[in-house]
Amino acid sequence: MKYDLVVVGGGPAGLAAAIEARKNGVERIVLIERDRELGGILQQCIHNGFGLHVFGEQLTGPEYAERFINELNNLKIEYLTNTMVLEINDKKEVYILNQELGFRRIEAKAIILSMGCRERTRGAIGIPGFRPAGIFTAGTAQRFINIEGYMVGKKVVILGSGDIGLIMARRLTLEGAKVLAVVELMPYSTGLTRNIVQCLHDYNIPLFFEHTVIDIKGKNRVEGVTIAKVDNNRVPIRGTEVFYECDTLLLSVGLIPENELSRNAGIEIDARTSGPFVNESMETSIEGIFACGNVVHVHDLVDFVTQEAQRAGRGAARYIKGEAIDNGVVIRTVNGNGIRYIVPQKLRLENLNDEINLFMRVDNIYNNCRLDVKLDGKIIKSFKKRKVTPGEMETVKLKKSDLSTYNDCSLSIEVVKE
Amino acid sequence: MKRHEFVCIMCPMGCNLEVLEDEDVILVKGNQCKRGYEYGVKEISNPTRVLTSTVILKNSYLRRLPVKSDGEIPKGMIKDCVKFLSKIEVSAPVKMGDVIHKNILGTGVDIVSTRTVE
Repeated sequence: MKYDLVVVGGGPAGLAAAIEARKNGVERIVLIERDRELGGILQQCIHNGFGLHVFGEQLTGPEYAERFINELNNLKIEYLTNTMVLEINDKKEVYILNQELGFRRIEAKAIILSMGCRERTRGAIGIPGFRPAGIFTAGTAQRFINIEGYMVGKKVVILGSGDIGLIMARRLTLEGAKVLAVVELMPYSTGLTRNIVQCLHDYNIPLFFEHTVIDIKGKNRVEGVTIAKVDNNRVPIRGTEVFYECDTLLLSVGLIPENELSRNAGIEIDARTSGPFVNESMETSIEGIFACGNVVHVHDLVDFVTQEAQRAGRGAARYIKGEAIDNGVVIRTVNGNGIRYIVPQKLRLENLNDEINLFMRVDNIYNNCRLDVKLDGKIIKSFKKRKVTPGEMETVKLKKSDLSTYNDCSLSIEVVKE
Repeated sequence: MKRHEFVCIMCPMGCNLEVLEDEDVILVKGNQCKRGYEYGVKEISNPTRVLTSTVILKNSYLRRLPVKSDGEIPKGMIKDCVKFLSKIEVSAPVKMGDVIHKNILGTGVDIVSTRTVE
């Protein structure tokens, strides 16, 4: 099988990337999805609030997905569902497996990786105690309730204040469960403010900062959990333990980009994002292999995933048509004080259209601050912010004309308190 | 005078609002813009929300059909509406936007499907 472009993953990133590539003149495209349907995790996110940036209105997850699925079909872009990608390599070969075709090798001119991310589990954070039934990641519980139609429990404690956990606190409450508490290790929420308000305040669900789960009781089914306050080093403080009787523990403790395929292909991974290093076109360290969405870094709004995926789609189209320019002059993005990561990590000035959006996350809550953008140590732009928090991704828009350079140089961004 | 506290959700700023309510005056403090004022007033006079939930789906590999209210419902009625919806059954095929239930619990708001199932 031969294609111009293979897109791995049919969630919001893969859909938008495939559509954008087709609109930029790429003919033979195939999108590969391992689930039985397209749309990815959006299909289980039945709450609304998606699409404010892209469509200027509030949509639910399935509605947001369906708009893109319809467009994919209108553009007659091929796709395979129930199909697993087993391996990709630096020769841009993709090995797939499904029930109808069996095992196949696809030769591609370009590949876009859009596998999304995976939830951290109990094993990833090391909670002591037995291993009874009744412990779920928030996303798994969401799928059970919203798609499969199973209720996961009656009395629930949620560890972590990630967005999915907050959304599930409300969903479980509406479905008749009692959510006793949301427990967050950090002194701030890792979810969006609007979710804290709409999902917890609306239903009087308590949120405890600087607390964690230190024990799980129950051998067959969860019978309760013990939570405790932690000190500045995140170590539980003796004497602050409180026992909650419950039958279910949900974990909403972070997401990790899903890069098994990327790593095996030899793509360089950035330790700060756990996703591939990418350039302005979302191209990875292997020429012609692009990546976008949560596989690159974890986003909190799907709208930004879509924008990033469109950038990858355009980049892949340019590459396939031989229009990408690589004259060796690059700008590397470097995180300054207060910045945890910046994506993309590398900019090739010649390939920028008019402007570039940089996505970044800060490492703490800062009120009334500036984001200073420096090119080789010289401030070229400064953005005033009333409030930045690790729970909400920041974007900085730079014009191509702001960036003129003839040499390799570095672009740093730092948080400066006013 | 009654006193309420809210966090404004009109933008990422998340201003802490203090809303003071008298017989015929509503005062909003702590907001940094006009939208915050409007949010504060609405939250104490008539808080409403869009409802999203699922109904039972027959004749499909999917067991549940996601639905939403085609407009905002008074906050106090959300739980009753979800309870009501949990007994409703729909059979595929169904299209996104199809009305699943008209005028739920007399709110004047319809419940519509949020996805297409062949």
